[in-house]
Amino acid sequence: MLSTILGLGSTALELGLISSLTVLALFLSYSMLNVCDLSTDGCFTLGAVVGAVVAISGHPFLSIPAAMGAGVLSGLVTSLLQTKMGIDSLLSGIIVNTGLYSVNIALMGGASLLNMNKTDTVFTKLKSLLSSTPLSSAYRLVVAIFFVALVVAFLSFFLRTRLGLSIRATGDNPDMVKSSSINPAFTTIVGLCISSSFTALSGCLLAQSQKSVNVTIGSGMVTIALASLLIGRAFMGKGSILKRAVGAVVGAFIFRLVYTVALRFNLPAYMLKLISSVIVIIAISGPYFKKRKDDWVRIHGKKKEGANA
Amino acid sequence: MLELKGISKTFNPGSLFEKKALVNINLSVEEGEFISIIGANGAGKSTLFNAISGSFLTDEGSIVLDGEDITFLPDHKRAKTIGRLFQDPLRGTAPAMSIEENLALASGRGGWLSSISKKDKEDFRERLSALSMGLEDRMKQPVGLLSGGQRQALTLLMATFNPPKLLLLDEHTAALDPATAERVLSLTDRIVKENRLTCLMITHNMQSALVQGTRTLMMDKGRIIYDVKGKERETLSVQDLLEKFRENSGKDLDNDRMLMV
Repeated sequence: MLSTILGLGSTALELGLISSLTVLALFLSYSMLNVCDLSTDGCFTLGAVVGAVVAISGHPFLSIPAAMGAGVLSGLVTSLLQTKMGIDSLLSGIIVNTGLYSVNIALMGGASLLNMNKTDTVFTKLKSLLSSTPLSSAYRLVVAIFFVALVVAFLSFFLRTRLGLSIRATGDNPDMVKSSSINPAFTTIVGLCISSSFTALSGCLLAQSQKSVNVTIGSGMVTIALASLLIGRAFMGKGSILKRAVGAVVGAFIFRLVYTVALRFNLPAYMLKLISSVIVIIAISGPYFKKRKDDWVRIHGKKKEGANA
Repeated sequence: MLELKGISKTFNPGSLFEKKALVNINLSVEEGEFISIIGANGAGKSTLFNAISGSFLTDEGSIVLDGEDITFLPDHKRAKTIGRLFQDPLRGTAPAMSIEENLALASGRGGWLSSISKKDKEDFRERLSALSMGLEDRMKQPVGLLSGGQRQALTLLMATFNPPKLLLLDEHTAALDPATAERVLSLTDRIVKENRLTCLMITHNMQSALVQGTRTLMMDKGRIIYDVKGKERETLSVQDLLEKFRENSGKDLDNDRMLMV
């Protein structure tokens, strides 16, 4: 029993950590830049595909920067559409997401599935590296923790630099950014390029840990990541950038844990996306209804008083 | 210092909603001048500021600031030399960010990857304490927690952090309560004097339009209809100003927001 629970915990931890990289990407684009980047699904798949193709061609370590570079390109296109070509930011994401579907299949040589069972990946490399140490069974966790720690450390440093401050201000008050002689189009482009590189990294790692890529690997990621982000915010609340970034990671873990437990109670795997949708609905509409409830009480409470009088 | 030559702007040209917002504006502002601008709603006062700060490109004419032709310069680049405050005290600051982070952006110091240094913080503290609003002890707090007056004072500090060549004040005290407005106004006076700033100020207060600054402009229907400074201005009363308006525009100055006293 205990080993089952531990097993569940470690699966959730590993998957949670890998997907937390996408949550951190949304932390940057959604929470900081105030852009809901709907190209996330396609970008996640792009990272997975590029990482897999490069790994299969015999370069497991090169697969990471290659995937992230592909993410930057995807983010560049999304951000140029909305800052330089007059396309609404939501629509930009949807357009890029649609286009990436074809790009991803093209990159896989027309197939919709790539297998990495016999491929050297960052995971297998580390497995052989750790084979005679006590960490040998936890090699997958080590890889995930390494990248998450790197991204969290980067964000908590970067968002306090002048460029990071300008990106945060762009989401907060673009007028103020302009009056500080900074072009908000520039900060939006930089922010989306960075966040997309994290999304692609997340996809790349998930594919390599599963040893396969399907063209639908990223579908629904934006909702799952948003759900995790909002769960994290509920648990950690406001505070320093570091605390909020850690909150995003914690949120991703909690989401995976709940989901893994639900699977144990024979919830079919295909329910994952419905659950994430419901969580996002509750998390965003909750505060709205709370406010409405106060109004409702006031309106209807008053009526009652009137009737009594 | 600032030369406007033949500035015109028409919104929705050729349509039913055509609006000639600025009509052949010519204005020459000397260095160190403090000009107050009055006029009814829709006279083109804010549009004039928008044209100067680059919110849109003008249809005709040229704008030269301190010898540099800025007619076609994008707004964020003009912001380097032009500071601007709006009526809405929320417009000039980022509410979710702390006071010191807002100031750091306004200071424009350091490279893209530099962060706020200890020296910066000391400097911010010193400047904030000059506002005597106690903000120097709240530097880590988000700006969203400040009152409207505090935010406007902070915006003033940010807009003049690096003394701009030109400061545009668009009724920047109109949304504040009278006591706070008075305070922000005297703060403005002090900062403008200390840095010898060239300044244009839109106001609805006829009295302060005559008392503050060195020159007064009156606008109507996108034109400057009266321009007064020096001796003539010193002897001018609010009543004279109203009379001048009637003379030059052919109608009474009718504006429920205008303060006559």
